[in-house]
Amino acid sequence: MTEKLQYEQAVEFDVDLDAEALSIEIDAPESAAVAEKIEYRKRIASDQPVPAKKHMGQTAKNRIANTVIYIVLSAICVVWLLPFFGIVFESFRCESTGLAGYIFPKKWGFDNYVRLFTDENSNFLKWFGNTLMMGLITSVVQTVFVMAVSYALSRNRFKGRKLLMNLMLVFGMFPGFLTLILLYTWMSDWGLTMENAPWGLIVIYIAGSGMGYYIAKGFFDTISHSLDEAARVDGATQIQIFFKIILPLSKPIIIYTILMGFMAPWGDFVMATFMANNTNAGYNVAAGLQWLLTDSMINEYYTTFCAGGVLVAIPITVLFMLLQKYYVAGVTGGAVKG
Amino acid sequence: MEKKQTSPLVKVVLRDGSESVNEQVLLFEIEGNSYCASAPRTHTDNNAREIILCHRVKPSADDAETEVGKQVVSYWEQLPRGEEQDRVFDEFCRLYELRQQEKQRREMQAAEYLKLGKWQRFVYRLKQFFRAVPAWFASFFKKIGKFFKNVGLKIADNAVDLFNTFKNGSWSTRVSFLVMGFGNFVHGQWLRGALFLLMQGAFIVYMVLSGAHWLSLFGSLGEVATKEVYDSVLDITTTEHIDNSFKILLYGIITIFFIFAFAYTWRLNVKQCRICDEITRSGKKVKSAKEDLKSVIDDQFHKTLLSLPVFGIVMFTILPIIFMILVAFTNYDYQHDGYNNLFTWVGLQNFNTMLSFGSGLSVAFGEILAWTLIWAFFATFSNYFLGMFVAMMINKKGIKIKKFWRTILVMTIAIPQFISLLYVSNLFADNGIVNAYLIKWGIVSSPIHFWTDGTLAKIMVLVINIWVGIPYLMLITTGILMNIPEDLYESSRIDGANGFQQFAKITLPYMLFVTGPYLLNSFISNINNFNVIYLLSGGGPARADWGDMGGYIAGDTTILITWLFGITTGAEANYKMASVIGILIFIVVSVLSLIVFTVMPSNRREDDYS
Repeated sequence: MTEKLQYEQAVEFDVDLDAEALSIEIDAPESAAVAEKIEYRKRIASDQPVPAKKHMGQTAKNRIANTVIYIVLSAICVVWLLPFFGIVFESFRCESTGLAGYIFPKKWGFDNYVRLFTDENSNFLKWFGNTLMMGLITSVVQTVFVMAVSYALSRNRFKGRKLLMNLMLVFGMFPGFLTLILLYTWMSDWGLTMENAPWGLIVIYIAGSGMGYYIAKGFFDTISHSLDEAARVDGATQIQIFFKIILPLSKPIIIYTILMGFMAPWGDFVMATFMANNTNAGYNVAAGLQWLLTDSMINEYYTTFCAGGVLVAIPITVLFMLLQKYYVAGVTGGAVKG
Repeated sequence: MEKKQTSPLVKVVLRDGSESVNEQVLLFEIEGNSYCASAPRTHTDNNAREIILCHRVKPSADDAETEVGKQVVSYWEQLPRGEEQDRVFDEFCRLYELRQQEKQRREMQAAEYLKLGKWQRFVYRLKQFFRAVPAWFASFFKKIGKFFKNVGLKIADNAVDLFNTFKNGSWSTRVSFLVMGFGNFVHGQWLRGALFLLMQGAFIVYMVLSGAHWLSLFGSLGEVATKEVYDSVLDITTTEHIDNSFKILLYGIITIFFIFAFAYTWRLNVKQCRICDEITRSGKKVKSAKEDLKSVIDDQFHKTLLSLPVFGIVMFTILPIIFMILVAFTNYDYQHDGYNNLFTWVGLQNFNTMLSFGSGLSVAFGEILAWTLIWAFFATFSNYFLGMFVAMMINKKGIKIKKFWRTILVMTIAIPQFISLLYVSNLFADNGIVNAYLIKWGIVSSPIHFWTDGTLAKIMVLVINIWVGIPYLMLITTGILMNIPEDLYESSRIDGANGFQQFAKITLPYMLFVTGPYLLNSFISNINNFNVIYLLSGGGPARADWGDMGGYIAGDTTILITWLFGITTGAEANYKMASVIGILIFIVVSVLSLIVFTVMPSNRREDDYS
């Protein structure tokens, strides 16, 4: 009880100091919020449970509403899935390679997939390998970093903590792309651009990963402090608490972080293009496949692009669907806690 | 005495040893110390002398474990009896009175507020916000003043402390002023000593070898770019590169970072020697190197955890951003690349070019900024409401195969965005499938220019963004929607509310309350939503009347971030302007966050609603 109170109080202070740091006058909106709360409570209190009356027309009306909803949902599903079927159909089109004005191919075949791996311009295997490597390495190291930062910030109150969090908040408001101008020069000094761009990107992804601590910190905040206390009483060191108590409880958030880290390189277009600097061998799938669609290439490679898209989408989708539960938990938690 | 803040819940240990959790607490400062005074609610004015005074330790690491109450510093009792006690007590009473008045005022305010309607409340809050603006500025400048005052005071404190340490310290401490870590060695802390010494060595070597050079050129960013060198052996003239503005700027910043780090370490070194002295003097033993090593995984474990990630952030995020901020004050572009042609400081000239009214660039900037904000607004809210709508449809009682609908939508999240966006972009191309079918079915006679007509392109990116965003929002809102207590709907239905009223009065307020921070985040990420814009329309159709910058002509759908990309990746890369745009994006984002955080009530205490 006592710890809880004091903890709450510490949190209370955190909030107040926050507001102070941002130099915000909080009085008025706060009182407004309080008023709203009071009103809400009153509303709940006055809600008397009354036995529900059944209208005659209720069920029929409901049925109509449900039918409408089924129709709308079906329509939504069609609209949302259409492009993906479109890509698949395009990828099997053999009679032409550019844009075509129809959905169903006239001649079906695997030509585009073959081209994807054999054509001199398409370096698909290399791109895929680059991206896979980036995804694997980044996801592991990034997870270690994120866990470390979020645990340290969630469980400890140390000097400079607030400063560190504010710094990350403020610098996070700059567009990240801006840093690339310097980082490109830097990486090229170390030979980590052009065909080695994947390695440079790995360094950049990992180095910045500590900034994305919010969601994991929110998760750690919800783990009861009494666990730590108990372990502390039993003589556990901090490192033991971290590895033996907190981490085993954090499986969902760890999987979420790994998943996010793994998926990021597949969709990263900006950084990959910038770091590879027109070197085909340094592209990831996003940069590479987009390059197939540039004005001079599109007429010859449009269907090849679609084949590549299918090959990229399949493994990612399967992985994602398997771990969907964790993704949903992470995203929802992040949305609620901000 | 200055009233500092009021805190709603503080536990206080009364003088008779009992504990009391109290709402009536005042925190205030007497001569720089924080105190809290508390009057238990049960106590009437008659025995208001029971007002307790306790020392409030600064909120810190130990806060959770100690002592807030236990450490009832008997400040009160230490005071000379009689007059002094009475004076302090009177002061408390006055503050208590003030607090009561303030509370009453707030309650009245709240009562007034309750009478207002939905929109009036919003207007009220907005008014409050703008009314607060001048006060902010005042407090902002006051804070800056205070900040500098504090820095000054801190430096003075440190100087005094250093002087005292030197005066009173042992000989080893005095040597440590020159040779870092010496004191630690003497006290047997070889590990700390070695680290300090290493730091000093590294600093001296670095400064002599290169740091001083970079620093001396930092003011001019280099004087000579190239020099013709005649080689008498080979009888040829070669061009030799001397200064490199880019490197000077970069290493100049790094050197300054390093100097600060060194100063901090030096101060730490002196402080540790003083502490060692004190510990030895009191007859205890100082921490051994072994204990130091152990603390790395124990009580200092958080520092171990943070070290590498924070180093990464400093080197790869903070340093580059500071570098780019400084670039905005130079003339760094493809003509002044810093290697063949040096660049130099130009002051505020770039901002002037960008923001001066009427010139080509500032017109482009104004329009692009406006479109960026419009885009972010519509992209955020259209997704939000439609996503919520879809989630509600799936959630509705009696709808079957809920999982199936959700899975289909979630699947579209899994597929990398660039694939679907590039495909959809080509779907709507002049010779794409959509136009082909429209012509075939005789709906139009010539292709609709989805991407080359400015207004149409804007609508298209917004619509397709809805297509991209709904699954995410469906996911996020589904869980939250299910948390809304069912009986709220039940009872409102009995009261005769229809579906729309339920949505407006129950669902929407709840959702806005809970997802407020998310809305802000997604607004900000939409301001920087590169992928959707770039992969769909590429920022086009190009607007020739804006002129080009950095070899890139911005277009109708260009938002700030794609503009930045275009300017820096072209053959005539214009880094200085890119930095200016980056800084302006930062300003827009931070001002918006500040406004939203103030106006929205939902950012504080989310638990209240559930």
